[in-house]
Amino acid sequence: MSAPAIEIESLTKDYPTGFLHLKTKRSLENLSMRVEEGEAFGFLGPNGAGKSTTIKLLMGIIFPTSGNAKILGRPISDVEMHKDIGYLPEQPYFYDYLTAAELLDYFARFYGMNSAERKERVAKMLKKVGLETAGKIQLRKYSKGMLQRVGLAQAILHDPKVVILDEPMSGLDPIGRREVRDIILDLKREGKTVLFSTHILTDAEMLCDKVGVIVGGKLQGVGRPDDIVGMKAHEMEILFDADASDLRSAALVAKATKSGSRYSLRVPEEKVFAALEEVRAGNAKLAAVTPIKPTLEEYFLHLIEKERAQAAAIEVSGK
Amino acid sequence: MSRVAAVAWNTFREAVRDRVLYNLVFFALLLIATAILVGQISIGIETIVLISLGLSAISVIGLLIAIFTGVGLVSKEMEKRTLYALLSKPLRRWEFLAGKFGGLVLTLTVNTAAMAVGLLFALLCVKHSLDGGDATTFIAVYFILLKLAIVVALALLFSCFTSQLLAILFTAGLYVAGLFVSEMRNLDGSRVGPAMKVFFSWISYLLPNFQNFDVMAAAAHGKHLPGILILQNTLYAILYCTIVLSSASVVFSRRNLK
Repeated sequence: MSAPAIEIESLTKDYPTGFLHLKTKRSLENLSMRVEEGEAFGFLGPNGAGKSTTIKLLMGIIFPTSGNAKILGRPISDVEMHKDIGYLPEQPYFYDYLTAAELLDYFARFYGMNSAERKERVAKMLKKVGLETAGKIQLRKYSKGMLQRVGLAQAILHDPKVVILDEPMSGLDPIGRREVRDIILDLKREGKTVLFSTHILTDAEMLCDKVGVIVGGKLQGVGRPDDIVGMKAHEMEILFDADASDLRSAALVAKATKSGSRYSLRVPEEKVFAALEEVRAGNAKLAAVTPIKPTLEEYFLHLIEKERAQAAAIEVSGK
Repeated sequence: MSRVAAVAWNTFREAVRDRVLYNLVFFALLLIATAILVGQISIGIETIVLISLGLSAISVIGLLIAIFTGVGLVSKEMEKRTLYALLSKPLRRWEFLAGKFGGLVLTLTVNTAAMAVGLLFALLCVKHSLDGGDATTFIAVYFILLKLAIVVALALLFSCFTSQLLAILFTAGLYVAGLFVSEMRNLDGSRVGPAMKVFFSWISYLLPNFQNFDVMAAAAHGKHLPGILILQNTLYAILYCTIVLSSASVVFSRRNLK
Protein backbone atom coordinates (compact mmCIF):
# COMPACT_ATOMS: atom_id res chain seq x y z
CA MET A 1 0.00 0.00 0.00
CA SER A 2 1.43 3.37 -1.01
CA ALA A 3 1.96 6.18 1.47
CA PRO A 4 -0.88 8.69 1.71
CA ALA A 5 -0.46 11.98 -0.14
CA ILE A 6 -1.33 13.91 3.00
CA GLU A 7 -1.08 12.46 6.48
CA ILE A 8 -2.03 14.51 9.52
CA GLU A 9 -1.43 13.24 13.05
CA SER A 10 -2.88 14.85 16.18
CA LEU A 11 -2.46 18.36 14.85
CA THR A 12 -3.35 21.00 17.40
CA LYS A 13 -3.13 24.77 17.08
CA ASP A 14 -3.59 27.28 19.89
CA TYR A 15 -3.56 31.02 19.26
CA PRO A 16 -2.51 33.41 22.00
CA THR A 17 -5.19 35.94 22.88
CA GLY A 18 -5.49 38.98 25.11
CA PHE A 19 -3.25 42.02 25.34
CA LEU A 20 -0.35 40.15 26.92
CA HIS A 21 -1.00 36.93 25.02
CA LEU A 22 -1.39 35.10 28.31
CA LYS A 23 -4.53 33.21 27.30
CA THR A 24 -4.89 30.84 24.39
CA LYS A 25 -7.73 29.94 22.10
CA ARG A 26 -7.75 26.48 20.58
CA SER A 27 -8.41 26.70 16.87
CA LEU A 28 -7.68 23.10 15.98
CA GLU A 29 -7.84 20.10 18.28
CA ASN A 30 -6.06 16.83 17.78
CA LEU A 31 -6.80 16.56 14.07
CA SER A 32 -5.80 13.29 12.43
CA MET A 33 -6.70 12.36 8.87
CA ARG A 34 -5.30 10.98 5.62
CA VAL A 35 -5.78 11.93 2.02
CA GLU A 36 -4.80 9.17 -0.37
CA GLU A 37 -2.93 9.74 -3.60
CA GLY A 38 -5.16 10.73 -6.52
CA GLU A 39 -8.08 11.49 -4.22
CA ALA A 40 -10.25 14.61 -4.30
CA PHE A 41 -10.83 15.42 -0.66
CA GLY A 42 -13.34 18.03 0.47
CA PHE A 43 -12.64 19.68 3.77
CA LEU A 44 -16.01 20.87 4.96
CA GLY A 45 -17.09 23.06 7.77
CA PRO A 46 -18.75 26.36 8.59
CA ASN A 47 -16.73 29.58 8.77
CA GLY A 48 -14.28 29.53 11.67
CA ALA A 49 -14.33 25.74 11.94
CA GLY A 50 -10.56 25.32 11.49
CA LYS A 51 -10.32 24.54 7.75
CA SER A 52 -8.01 27.42 6.85
CA THR A 53 -5.96 26.85 10.00
CA THR A 54 -5.34 23.26 8.94
CA ILE A 55 -4.36 24.32 5.43
CA LYS A 56 -2.06 27.09 6.69
CA LEU A 57 -0.38 24.55 8.97
CA LEU A 58 0.15 22.22 6.03
CA MET A 59 1.69 25.04 4.00
CA GLY A 60 4.02 26.20 6.78
CA ILE A 61 2.35 29.60 7.05
CA ILE A 62 1.67 28.96 10.73
CA PHE A 63 3.23 26.37 13.05
CA PRO A 64 1.46 23.67 15.06
CA THR A 65 1.26 23.77 18.84
CA SER A 66 1.57 19.99 18.77
CA GLY A 67 1.24 17.12 16.34
CA ASN A 68 2.74 16.71 12.91
CA ALA A 69 1.87 16.23 9.29
CA LYS A 70 3.47 14.88 6.14
CA ILE A 71 2.83 15.58 2.51
CA LEU A 72 4.05 12.99 0.00
CA GLY A 73 5.90 11.34 2.87
CA ARG A 74 7.89 14.43 3.76
CA PRO A 75 7.44 16.60 6.86
CA ILE A 76 5.65 19.90 6.33
CA SER A 77 8.72 21.76 7.61
CA ASP A 78 10.60 20.65 4.47
CA VAL A 79 10.27 23.63 2.11
CA GLU A 80 11.70 21.69 -0.86
CA MET A 81 8.56 19.56 -0.74
CA HIS A 82 6.67 22.64 -1.99
CA LYS A 83 7.99 21.82 -5.47
CA ASP A 84 5.28 19.17 -5.64
CA ILE A 85 2.49 21.19 -4.03
CA GLY A 86 0.22 23.89 -5.38
CA TYR A 87 -1.67 26.17 -3.00
CA LEU A 88 -4.46 28.67 -3.44
CA PRO A 89 -4.93 30.89 -0.37
CA GLU A 90 -8.38 31.96 0.79
CA GLN A 91 -9.33 35.28 -0.84
CA PRO A 92 -6.00 35.48 -2.64
CA TYR A 93 -4.24 38.80 -2.88
CA PHE A 94 -1.26 39.25 -5.11
CA TYR A 95 1.15 42.05 -5.96
CA ASP A 96 -1.24 44.46 -7.63
CA TYR A 97 1.52 46.37 -9.44
CA LEU A 98 2.20 43.25 -11.55
CA THR A 99 0.25 41.90 -14.48
CA ALA A 100 -1.02 38.32 -14.28
CA ALA A 101 1.68 37.21 -16.72
CA GLU A 102 4.41 38.94 -14.67
CA LEU A 103 3.13 37.40 -11.44
CA LEU A 104 3.11 33.90 -12.89
CA ASP A 105 6.55 34.45 -14.43
CA TYR A 106 7.84 35.61 -11.02
CA PHE A 107 6.43 32.55 -9.24
CA ALA A 108 7.74 30.22 -11.97
CA ARG A 109 11.29 31.35 -11.16
CA PHE A 110 11.07 29.52 -7.81
CA TYR A 111 10.67 26.21 -9.63
CA GLY A 112 13.91 26.63 -11.56
CA MET A 113 12.20 27.04 -14.95
CA ASN A 114 14.24 28.75 -17.64
CA SER A 115 12.95 31.69 -19.64
CA ALA A 116 11.42 29.61 -22.47
CA GLU A 117 9.75 27.17 -20.03
CA ARG A 118 8.35 30.04 -18.01
CA LYS A 119 6.91 31.73 -21.09
CA GLU A 120 5.27 28.53 -22.26
CA ARG A 121 3.84 27.60 -18.83
CA VAL A 122 2.54 31.12 -18.15
CA ALA A 123 0.72 31.25 -21.51
CA LYS A 124 -0.73 27.76 -20.94
CA MET A 125 -1.96 28.56 -17.44
CA LEU A 126 -3.50 31.88 -18.45
CA LYS A 127 -5.39 30.05 -21.17
CA LYS A 128 -6.47 27.32 -18.78
CA VAL A 129 -8.07 29.80 -16.38
CA GLY A 130 -9.55 31.91 -19.17
CA LEU A 131 -7.32 34.94 -18.72
CA GLU A 132 -5.29 34.83 -21.92
CA THR A 133 -6.63 38.21 -23.04
CA ALA A 134 -6.19 39.81 -19.60
CA GLY A 135 -2.66 38.59 -18.97
CA LYS A 136 -1.11 41.99 -19.56
CA ILE A 137 -3.44 43.96 -17.30
CA GLN A 138 -2.22 44.96 -13.84
CA LEU A 139 -3.83 42.91 -11.06
CA ARG A 140 -5.12 46.06 -9.34
CA LYS A 141 -7.66 46.27 -12.15
CA TYR A 142 -8.87 42.67 -11.69
CA SER A 143 -12.21 41.68 -10.19
CA LYS A 144 -12.38 39.25 -7.28
CA GLY A 145 -13.30 36.42 -9.61
CA MET A 146 -10.37 37.17 -11.91
CA LEU A 147 -7.98 37.21 -8.93
CA GLN A 148 -9.34 33.82 -7.89
CA ARG A 149 -8.49 32.51 -11.36
CA VAL A 150 -4.96 33.95 -11.16
CA GLY A 151 -4.72 32.21 -7.79
CA LEU A 152 -5.66 28.93 -9.39
CA ALA A 153 -3.20 29.47 -12.22
CA GLN A 154 -0.30 30.06 -9.82
CA ALA A 155 -1.33 26.99 -7.78
CA ILE A 156 -1.06 24.64 -10.76
CA LEU A 157 1.68 26.52 -12.62
CA HIS A 158 4.38 23.92 -11.92
CA ASP A 159 2.21 20.85 -12.50
CA PRO A 160 2.19 19.81 -8.82
CA LYS A 161 1.26 16.34 -7.54
CA VAL A 162 -0.82 17.72 -4.67
CA VAL A 163 -3.09 20.75 -5.00
CA ILE A 164 -4.44 22.43 -1.87
CA LEU A 165 -7.18 24.98 -2.43
CA ASP A 166 -8.63 27.11 0.35
CA GLU A 167 -12.21 28.06 -0.51
CA PRO A 168 -11.60 28.02 -4.28
CA MET A 169 -15.23 28.89 -5.11
CA SER A 170 -15.61 31.83 -2.77
CA GLY A 171 -16.49 35.10 -4.44
CA LEU A 172 -17.21 33.53 -7.79
CA ASP A 173 -20.34 33.88 -9.85
CA PRO A 174 -22.09 30.69 -11.06
CA ILE A 175 -20.06 30.62 -14.30
CA GLY A 176 -16.81 31.14 -12.42
CA ARG A 177 -17.74 28.35 -10.01
CA ARG A 178 -18.44 26.01 -12.86
CA GLU A 179 -15.08 26.85 -14.43
CA VAL A 180 -13.27 26.19 -11.14
CA ARG A 181 -15.18 22.92 -10.79
CA ASP A 182 -14.05 21.96 -14.28
CA ILE A 183 -10.43 22.71 -13.39
CA ILE A 184 -10.69 20.54 -10.26
CA LEU A 185 -12.25 17.76 -12.32
CA ASP A 186 -9.37 18.09 -14.83
CA LEU A 187 -6.88 17.78 -11.97
CA LYS A 188 -8.69 14.66 -10.77
CA ARG A 189 -8.54 13.17 -14.25
CA GLU A 190 -4.82 13.91 -14.38
CA GLY A 191 -4.41 11.86 -11.20
CA LYS A 192 -3.54 14.76 -8.91
CA THR A 193 -4.40 14.73 -5.25
CA VAL A 194 -6.74 17.63 -4.51
CA LEU A 195 -7.59 18.88 -1.04
CA PHE A 196 -9.98 21.75 -0.96
CA SER A 197 -11.90 23.47 1.78
CA THR A 198 -15.37 24.75 1.26
CA HIS A 199 -18.58 25.51 3.02
CA ILE A 200 -20.54 25.11 -0.20
CA LEU A 201 -21.79 21.59 0.17
CA THR A 202 -23.07 20.96 -3.32
CA ASP A 203 -19.55 21.55 -4.67
CA ALA A 204 -18.16 18.96 -2.29
CA GLU A 205 -20.91 16.46 -3.11
CA MET A 206 -20.23 16.95 -6.80
CA LEU A 207 -16.42 16.80 -6.78
CA CYS A 208 -15.17 14.80 -3.85
CA ASP A 209 -14.22 11.18 -3.49
CA LYS A 210 -14.07 11.75 0.21
CA VAL A 211 -15.03 14.51 2.62
CA GLY A 212 -13.97 15.43 6.12
CA VAL A 213 -16.27 17.53 8.24
CA ILE A 214 -14.74 19.84 10.83
CA VAL A 215 -16.70 21.89 13.34
CA GLY A 216 -15.28 23.92 16.22
CA GLY A 217 -11.73 22.78 15.45
CA LYS A 218 -12.63 19.10 15.80
CA LEU A 219 -12.95 16.61 13.01
CA GLN A 220 -16.45 15.16 13.14
CA GLY A 221 -16.16 12.51 10.49
CA VAL A 222 -14.40 11.42 7.32
CA GLY A 223 -15.92 9.35 4.57
CA ARG A 224 -17.51 9.34 1.17
CA PRO A 225 -20.12 12.10 0.87
CA ASP A 226 -22.84 9.41 0.84
CA ASP A 227 -21.40 7.75 3.94
CA ILE A 228 -21.40 10.98 5.87
CA VAL A 229 -24.99 11.57 4.94
CA GLY A 230 -25.80 7.98 5.75
CA MET A 231 -24.87 8.55 9.37
CA LYS A 232 -28.32 10.02 9.87
CA ALA A 233 -31.59 8.07 9.57
CA HIS A 234 -33.32 8.43 6.19
CA GLU A 235 -36.79 9.77 5.75
CA MET A 236 -39.39 9.20 3.04
CA GLU A 237 -41.54 11.82 1.41
CA ILE A 238 -45.03 10.78 0.37
CA LEU A 239 -46.77 13.00 -2.15
CA PHE A 240 -50.50 12.64 -2.55
CA ASP A 241 -53.57 14.37 -3.96
CA ALA A 242 -56.51 14.74 -1.61
CA ASP A 243 -59.79 16.60 -1.41
CA ALA A 244 -59.57 18.79 1.70
CA SER A 245 -63.37 18.89 1.97
CA ASP A 246 -63.54 15.11 2.17
CA LEU A 247 -63.95 14.22 5.84
CA ARG A 248 -62.08 10.94 5.34
CA SER A 249 -59.00 12.91 4.26
CA ALA A 250 -59.14 15.56 6.99
CA ALA A 251 -56.83 13.81 9.50
CA LEU A 252 -54.31 13.00 6.80
CA VAL A 253 -54.31 16.52 5.30
CA ALA A 254 -53.88 18.05 8.75
CA LYS A 255 -50.60 16.13 9.18
CA ALA A 256 -49.27 16.95 5.73
CA THR A 257 -47.91 20.16 4.24
CA LYS A 258 -49.19 21.63 1.02
CA SER A 259 -46.58 21.38 -1.71
CA GLY A 260 -47.89 23.08 -4.86
CA SER A 261 -51.17 21.44 -5.77
CA ARG A 262 -50.23 18.34 -3.78
CA TYR A 263 -49.76 17.35 -0.18
CA SER A 264 -46.47 16.17 1.20
CA LEU A 265 -45.91 13.97 4.20
CA ARG A 266 -42.44 13.21 5.59
CA VAL A 267 -42.14 10.10 7.70
CA PRO A 268 -39.25 8.01 9.05
CA GLU A 269 -38.30 5.16 6.76
CA GLU A 270 -39.61 2.47 9.10
CA LYS A 271 -43.05 4.08 9.27
CA VAL A 272 -43.58 4.41 5.53
CA PHE A 273 -45.99 1.45 5.18
CA ALA A 274 -48.17 2.66 8.01
CA ALA A 275 -48.29 6.11 6.41
CA LEU A 276 -49.23 4.62 3.04
CA GLU A 277 -52.05 2.76 4.73
CA GLU A 278 -53.28 6.10 6.10
CA VAL A 279 -53.17 7.58 2.60
CA ARG A 280 -55.25 4.70 1.28
CA ALA A 281 -57.72 4.94 4.17
CA GLY A 282 -57.97 8.71 3.72
CA ASN A 283 -59.22 8.26 0.15
CA ALA A 284 -56.19 10.16 -1.14
CA LYS A 285 -54.48 9.46 -4.44
CA LEU A 286 -50.83 8.48 -4.10
CA ALA A 287 -48.55 10.47 -6.42
CA ALA A 288 -45.01 9.54 -5.36
CA VAL A 289 -42.92 8.04 -2.59
CA THR A 290 -39.37 9.42 -2.54
CA PRO A 291 -36.54 8.64 -0.13
CA ILE A 292 -35.24 11.85 1.44
CA LYS A 293 -31.50 11.70 1.99
CA PRO A 294 -30.28 14.39 4.32
CA THR A 295 -27.94 16.82 2.61
CA LEU A 296 -24.48 17.62 3.90
CA GLU A 297 -25.92 20.96 4.90
CA GLU A 298 -28.35 19.27 7.25
CA TYR A 299 -25.52 17.14 8.55
CA PHE A 300 -23.54 20.33 9.21
CA LEU A 301 -26.38 21.98 11.06
CA HIS A 302 -26.88 18.86 13.10
CA LEU A 303 -23.21 18.86 14.10
CA ILE A 304 -23.20 22.56 14.94
CA GLU A 305 -26.31 22.14 17.10
CA LYS A 306 -24.67 19.18 18.82
CA GLU A 307 -21.52 21.25 19.44
CA ARG A 308 -23.54 24.14 20.87
CA ALA A 309 -25.54 21.79 23.11
CA GLN A 310 -22.32 20.27 24.45
CA ALA A 311 -20.81 23.71 25.06
CA ALA A 312 -23.96 24.81 26.86
CA ALA A 313 -23.94 21.65 28.98
CA ILE A 314 -20.31 22.26 29.98
CA GLU A 315 -21.13 25.88 30.85
CA VAL A 316 -24.11 24.84 33.00
CA SER A 317 -22.12 22.14 34.82
CA GLY A 318 -19.29 24.66 35.33
CA LYS A 319 -21.66 27.08 37.04
CA MET B 1 20.61 31.95 -4.92
CA SER B 2 18.30 32.44 -7.89
CA ARG B 3 15.33 32.48 -5.50
CA VAL B 4 16.89 35.32 -3.51
CA ALA B 5 17.59 37.15 -6.78
CA ALA B 6 13.96 36.65 -7.89
CA VAL B 7 12.62 38.21 -4.67
CA ALA B 8 15.21 41.01 -4.88
CA TRP B 9 14.28 41.81 -8.49
CA ASN B 10 10.59 41.92 -7.62
CA THR B 11 11.26 44.20 -4.64
CA PHE B 12 13.17 46.55 -6.93
CA ARG B 13 10.36 46.42 -9.49
CA GLU B 14 7.82 47.23 -6.76
CA ALA B 15 9.84 50.27 -5.66
CA VAL B 16 10.13 51.50 -9.23
CA ARG B 17 6.41 51.01 -9.92
CA ASP B 18 5.50 52.66 -6.61
CA ARG B 19 7.40 55.69 -7.96
CA VAL B 20 10.02 55.64 -5.19
CA LEU B 21 12.62 56.91 -7.67
CA TYR B 22 10.56 60.06 -8.32
CA ASN B 23 12.57 61.65 -5.49
CA LEU B 24 15.34 62.06 -8.08
CA VAL B 25 13.38 64.88 -9.68
CA PHE B 26 13.33 66.70 -6.34
CA PHE B 27 17.06 66.11 -5.91
CA ALA B 28 17.81 67.42 -9.42
CA LEU B 29 15.78 70.58 -8.77
CA LEU B 30 17.55 71.08 -5.43
CA LEU B 31 20.98 70.79 -7.06
CA ILE B 32 20.11 73.16 -9.90
CA ALA B 33 18.81 75.74 -7.43
CA THR B 34 21.87 75.32 -5.21
CA ALA B 35 24.31 75.62 -8.10
CA ILE B 36 22.65 78.85 -9.25
CA LEU B 37 22.47 80.29 -5.72
CA VAL B 38 26.00 79.44 -4.56
CA GLY B 39 27.38 80.96 -7.73
CA GLN B 40 25.85 84.25 -6.66
CA ILE B 41 26.23 84.39 -2.87
CA SER B 42 29.13 82.25 -1.67
CA ILE B 43 32.28 83.57 -3.24
CA GLY B 44 35.12 81.05 -2.93
CA ILE B 45 33.15 78.42 -1.05
CA GLU B 46 30.77 77.34 -3.81
CA THR B 47 32.23 73.84 -3.95
CA ILE B 48 32.08 73.33 -0.16
CA VAL B 49 28.44 74.42 -0.01
CA LEU B 50 27.47 72.36 -3.04
CA ILE B 51 29.17 69.16 -1.83
CA SER B 52 27.84 69.55 1.74
CA LEU B 53 24.31 70.17 0.53
CA GLY B 54 24.47 67.45 -2.14
CA LEU B 55 25.77 64.78 0.24
CA SER B 56 23.27 65.80 2.94
CA ALA B 57 20.43 65.52 0.43
CA ILE B 58 21.65 62.11 -0.75
CA SER B 59 21.84 60.95 2.86
CA VAL B 60 18.46 62.31 3.97
CA ILE B 61 16.57 61.12 0.87
CA GLY B 62 18.22 57.70 1.15
CA LEU B 63 17.38 57.49 4.85
CA LEU B 64 13.73 58.34 4.23
CA ILE B 65 13.50 55.61 1.58
CA ALA B 66 15.45 53.09 3.67
CA ILE B 67 13.29 53.61 6.77
CA PHE B 68 9.84 54.08 5.26
CA THR B 69 10.18 51.44 2.55
CA GLY B 70 12.28 49.15 4.75
CA VAL B 71 9.72 48.82 7.53
CA GLY B 72 7.08 47.81 5.00
CA LEU B 73 9.20 45.12 3.36
CA VAL B 74 7.86 42.29 5.50
CA SER B 75 4.92 43.79 7.41
CA LYS B 76 3.17 44.95 4.22
CA GLU B 77 3.46 41.47 2.74
CA MET B 78 1.99 40.00 5.93
CA GLU B 79 -0.85 42.50 6.15
CA LYS B 80 -1.79 42.13 2.50
CA ARG B 81 -1.29 38.35 2.68
CA THR B 82 0.82 38.34 -0.46
CA LEU B 83 3.24 36.21 1.55
CA TYR B 84 0.83 33.27 1.67
CA ALA B 85 1.23 32.42 -1.99
CA LEU B 86 4.94 33.23 -1.96
CA LEU B 87 5.78 31.02 1.01
CA SER B 88 3.92 28.13 -0.59
CA LYS B 89 6.68 28.10 -3.20
CA PRO B 90 9.99 26.34 -2.51
CA LEU B 91 11.32 29.45 -0.82
CA ARG B 92 12.86 29.48 2.65
CA ARG B 93 11.96 32.34 4.93
CA TRP B 94 15.57 33.52 5.20
CA GLU B 95 15.76 33.56 1.39
CA PHE B 96 12.70 35.80 1.33
CA LEU B 97 14.31 38.19 3.82
CA ALA B 98 17.64 38.20 1.98
CA GLY B 99 15.81 38.93 -1.28
CA LYS B 100 13.82 41.77 0.26
CA PHE B 101 16.99 43.27 1.70
CA GLY B 102 18.84 42.88 -1.59
CA GLY B 103 15.96 44.45 -3.53
CA LEU B 104 15.80 47.57 -1.41
CA VAL B 105 19.59 47.93 -1.34
CA LEU B 106 19.53 47.65 -5.15
CA THR B 107 16.87 50.39 -5.27
CA LEU B 108 18.96 52.60 -2.99
CA THR B 109 22.09 51.91 -5.05
CA VAL B 110 20.38 52.99 -8.26
CA ASN B 111 18.90 56.01 -6.51
CA THR B 112 22.16 57.01 -4.82
CA ALA B 113 24.19 56.46 -8.01
CA ALA B 114 21.79 58.66 -9.98
CA MET B 115 22.05 61.39 -7.33
CA ALA B 116 25.85 61.07 -7.32
CA VAL B 117 25.90 61.58 -11.10
CA GLY B 118 23.70 64.65 -10.60
CA LEU B 119 26.11 65.99 -8.00
CA LEU B 120 29.01 65.36 -10.38
CA PHE B 121 27.34 67.45 -13.09
CA ALA B 122 26.54 70.22 -10.61
CA LEU B 123 30.22 70.25 -9.52
CA LEU B 124 31.32 70.45 -13.14
CA CYS B 125 28.98 73.39 -13.70
CA VAL B 126 30.39 75.25 -10.71
CA LYS B 127 34.09 74.31 -10.96
CA HIS B 128 34.30 73.64 -14.72
CA SER B 129 36.75 70.78 -13.95
CA LEU B 130 37.27 67.94 -11.47
CA ASP B 131 40.42 67.13 -9.46
CA GLY B 132 41.71 64.28 -7.25
CA GLY B 133 40.09 65.78 -4.15
CA ASP B 134 36.63 65.22 -5.67
CA ALA B 135 37.18 61.45 -5.42
CA THR B 136 36.51 61.84 -1.67
CA THR B 137 33.00 63.04 -2.53
CA PHE B 138 32.29 59.74 -4.23
CA ILE B 139 33.81 57.76 -1.36
CA ALA B 140 31.43 59.74 0.88
CA VAL B 141 28.53 58.66 -1.38
CA TYR B 142 29.71 55.04 -1.05
CA PHE B 143 29.78 55.39 2.74
CA ILE B 144 26.25 56.79 2.68
CA LEU B 145 25.19 53.69 0.77
CA LEU B 146 26.83 51.42 3.35
CA LYS B 147 25.05 53.34 6.09
CA LEU B 148 21.74 52.96 4.28
CA ALA B 149 22.28 49.19 3.95
CA ILE B 150 22.60 48.95 7.75
CA VAL B 151 19.45 51.06 8.18
CA VAL B 152 17.56 48.76 5.77
CA ALA B 153 18.71 45.70 7.72
CA LEU B 154 17.49 47.27 11.00
CA ALA B 155 14.16 48.30 9.46
CA LEU B 156 13.74 44.78 8.12
CA LEU B 157 14.45 43.27 11.55
CA PHE B 158 11.84 45.46 13.27
CA SER B 159 9.42 44.87 10.42
CA CYS B 160 9.50 41.14 11.27
CA PHE B 161 7.94 41.45 14.70
CA THR B 162 6.30 44.81 15.18
CA SER B 163 3.93 47.28 13.55
CA GLN B 164 5.11 49.68 10.87
CA LEU B 165 4.82 52.69 13.17
CA LEU B 166 6.90 51.10 15.92
CA ALA B 167 9.39 49.82 13.37
CA ILE B 168 9.84 53.39 12.06
CA LEU B 169 10.37 54.69 15.61
CA PHE B 170 12.83 51.93 16.52
CA THR B 171 14.84 52.27 13.31
CA ALA B 172 14.97 56.06 13.45
CA GLY B 173 15.84 55.89 17.16
CA LEU B 174 18.72 53.51 16.53
CA TYR B 175 19.93 55.69 13.68
CA VAL B 176 20.04 58.77 15.87
CA ALA B 177 21.69 56.82 18.72
CA GLY B 178 24.25 55.50 16.23
CA LEU B 179 25.33 59.08 15.51
CA PHE B 180 26.46 59.52 19.13
CA VAL B 181 28.47 56.36 19.62
CA SER B 182 31.81 58.04 20.42
CA GLU B 183 30.10 60.39 22.91
CA MET B 184 28.70 57.31 24.68
CA ARG B 185 32.15 55.72 24.83
CA ASN B 186 33.75 58.87 26.22
CA LEU B 187 31.19 59.70 28.89
CA ASP B 188 32.60 61.39 31.97
CA GLY B 189 32.39 58.69 34.69
CA SER B 190 32.46 61.25 37.50
CA ARG B 191 29.24 62.86 36.17
CA VAL B 192 27.13 59.83 35.22
CA GLY B 193 28.55 57.26 37.65
CA PRO B 194 30.79 54.29 36.89
CA ALA B 195 27.89 51.84 36.37
CA MET B 196 26.28 54.06 33.73
CA LYS B 197 29.63 54.63 32.05
CA VAL B 198 30.12 50.85 31.72
CA PHE B 199 26.52 50.44 30.56
CA PHE B 200 26.78 53.08 27.83
CA SER B 201 30.18 51.78 26.81
CA TRP B 202 28.67 48.32 26.21
CA ILE B 203 25.65 49.75 24.45
CA SER B 204 27.89 51.81 22.17
CA TYR B 205 29.45 48.62 20.83
CA LEU B 206 26.04 47.09 20.12
CA LEU B 207 24.72 50.15 18.34
CA PRO B 208 25.56 50.73 14.69
CA ASN B 209 28.37 53.24 14.58
CA PHE B 210 27.19 55.69 11.94
CA GLN B 211 29.86 58.24 12.86
CA ASN B 212 32.43 56.13 11.02
CA PHE B 213 30.52 56.71 7.79
CA ASP B 214 30.35 60.48 8.10
CA VAL B 215 33.15 61.94 5.98
CA MET B 216 31.16 64.88 4.64
CA ALA B 217 33.55 67.54 5.99
CA ALA B 218 36.57 65.77 4.47
CA ALA B 219 34.75 65.49 1.13
CA ALA B 220 33.72 69.16 1.14
CA HIS B 221 37.32 70.19 1.69
CA GLY B 222 38.71 67.63 -0.78
CA LYS B 223 40.78 65.83 1.85
CA HIS B 224 42.26 62.43 1.04
CA LEU B 225 40.76 59.39 2.85
CA PRO B 226 42.96 56.40 3.72
CA GLY B 227 42.17 53.14 1.91
CA ILE B 228 42.05 51.27 5.22
CA LEU B 229 39.00 53.34 6.24
CA ILE B 230 37.17 52.23 3.10
CA LEU B 231 38.00 48.59 3.83
CA GLN B 232 37.14 48.96 7.51
CA ASN B 233 33.75 50.56 6.84
CA THR B 234 32.93 48.03 4.13
CA LEU B 235 33.69 45.08 6.43
CA TYR B 236 31.85 46.72 9.33
CA ALA B 237 28.72 47.24 7.22
CA ILE B 238 28.84 43.66 5.87
CA LEU B 239 29.29 42.20 9.36
CA TYR B 240 26.62 44.38 10.95
CA CYS B 241 24.11 43.64 8.18
CA THR B 242 24.84 39.90 8.44
CA ILE B 243 24.24 39.88 12.21
CA VAL B 244 21.05 41.93 11.96
CA LEU B 245 19.68 39.88 9.03
CA SER B 246 20.50 36.63 10.83
CA SER B 247 18.56 37.88 13.86
CA ALA B 248 15.68 38.87 11.58
CA SER B 249 15.78 35.41 10.05
CA VAL B 250 15.58 33.71 13.46
CA VAL B 251 12.62 35.89 14.46
CA PHE B 252 10.80 35.51 11.15
CA SER B 253 11.34 31.76 10.80
CA ARG B 254 9.29 31.23 13.98
CA ARG B 255 6.64 33.77 13.18
CA ASN B 256 3.06 32.62 12.69
CA LEU B 257 1.54 34.67 9.91
CA LYS B 258 -1.98 36.04 10.46
